Amino acid sequence: MREMSFYGTALPGIELEAYAGKLIVIEGPDGVGRSTHIALLRAWLESQGHAVLDTGMSRSVLAGRGIKEAKQGHTLGGLTMQLFYATDFADRLENEMLPALRAGFVVLTDRYIYSSIARAVVRGADAGWIRAIYGIALVPDAIFYLRIRSAEELGPRVLQAGRRFDYWESGMDLHNAGDYYESFVGYQKLMLREFDRMSGEYGFRVVDASRPVRRVASDLRRAVGRLVDEVETTNAVELTSHSTAERKSQNSVSGRAPQAGEQTLSRGETKGTG
Amino acid sequence: MISYGKHRFPGQLFIVEGTDGSGKSTQLALLHQWLKAEGYPVFFSEWNSSPLVKDTTRRAKKRRLFTPATFSLLHATDFADRTERDIIPPLKAGAIVLADRYIYTAFARDVARGCDREWVREIYRFAVRPTVAFFFRAPLDVAIDRIVSGRPELKYYEAGMDMLWDDDPEESFKIFQGKILEEYDRMVTEFNLTVIDATRSIERQQREMRSIVSRHLKEKAGSR
Repeated sequence: MREMSFYGTALPGIELEAYAGKLIVIEGPDGVGRSTHIALLRAWLESQGHAVLDTGMSRSVLAGRGIKEAKQGHTLGGLTMQLFYATDFADRLENEMLPALRAGFVVLTDRYIYSSIARAVVRGADAGWIRAIYGIALVPDAIFYLRIRSAEELGPRVLQAGRRFDYWESGMDLHNAGDYYESFVGYQKLMLREFDRMSGEYGFRVVDASRPVRRVASDLRRAVGRLVDEVETTNAVELTSHSTAERKSQNSVSGRAPQAGEQTLSRGETKGTG
Repeated sequence: MISYGKHRFPGQLFIVEGTDGSGKSTQLALLHQWLKAEGYPVFFSEWNSSPLVKDTTRRAKKRRLFTPATFSLLHATDFADRTERDIIPPLKAGAIVLADRYIYTAFARDVARGCDREWVREIYRFAVRPTVAFFFRAPLDVAIDRIVSGRPELKYYEAGMDMLWDDDPEESFKIFQGKILEEYDRMVTEFNLTVIDATRSIERQQREMRSIVSRHLKEKAGSR
């Protein structure tokens, strides 16, 4: 169990309580392979007996459809887009992620607030403003950042996945010079710079994603495996103390111990990959 | 991103605020007529009117999907679209923009729903500061009477039923409006709102409004 901690102001009406699950974020630029790795992790975690919820941007019941429709017309302004995504995020946090975490799920999220912050800043939004809005976000148990060495590597990956250059992923709304490809590379360069800036601020665990999928996957599996093993140790603690202690006091006892252990783990991780 | 208070546009922005039933929309419509008759280029923008966000809001209200946070953020999304489309471009073009409800509606409602006061203000930092923000202040019982007698049924979110304050929509609405009015009163000095006594006759309120607006229009003309 781990106490909930938020980046800023917690959502109104949220009870700050310990949760049994793990919130694992997979971040990285467009085309880097996030969804591939989430699918692999999910299958593996489920084979190990862990319940998994996977979620990602614009998949909320509330705002998902609206965002997709708004993007169709290419008339979505910068500020409006940032706030629409924030609405989508809040809905998924309150109605999907937090309930799943309380129920002991491993939540794998394809992007979290960091992509939204990077997109907003690249589009000229105030860095403090967008961070304050996302102050409602729960601090995750781990953030894996799939890092690519150059923006030029992303283009072929997008095409390999059978997709074309998307208007928004190419930053066409920024109206920089050039065609879709040139705009894509230019935009992704700006995004990579923002991700690198956030890396230390938010404690990203950097995974070199320029390597073959197989090797990236095995790194992720090892690190995620260590995180979910903590869940089991923690739950064992909870079971033994459950019969004797009140639920409240037991939460606070079992909530602290794994946190300390996790910090050492994350430090080791950063050293190994970064 | 330019934030609240720092915008400098040739146009002018007049907005009206107040609880439901305060008569603010009536007053704004009268002001609109007058400005048009005087030959000013006027653009009117109302709360909750973004074509991009409309369907999502309607669906969420119908299916009761909102929490206080998502209610706040989706309304901010709607307002952002209006700012980018309906407010800033006309102001740049030198027009008079009239807005029925503005960011103070969000501040009052969202805080009444339990959102953090500072968080909500931060979200709307991109808003243009109005030339004049009129606050039509009506005592709670007057405003509630006007709404409850004029309408067959209170809507779920309008009555604040999502907050579970009371099972009876009318009671819940009263509690909600009371909290909203409290928030408005706090904002009068914080945002320098121009208070209009909404219990006086429609004609008198309109005369007061026109005299304030024309003063600003003259100042503007004089500074050119």
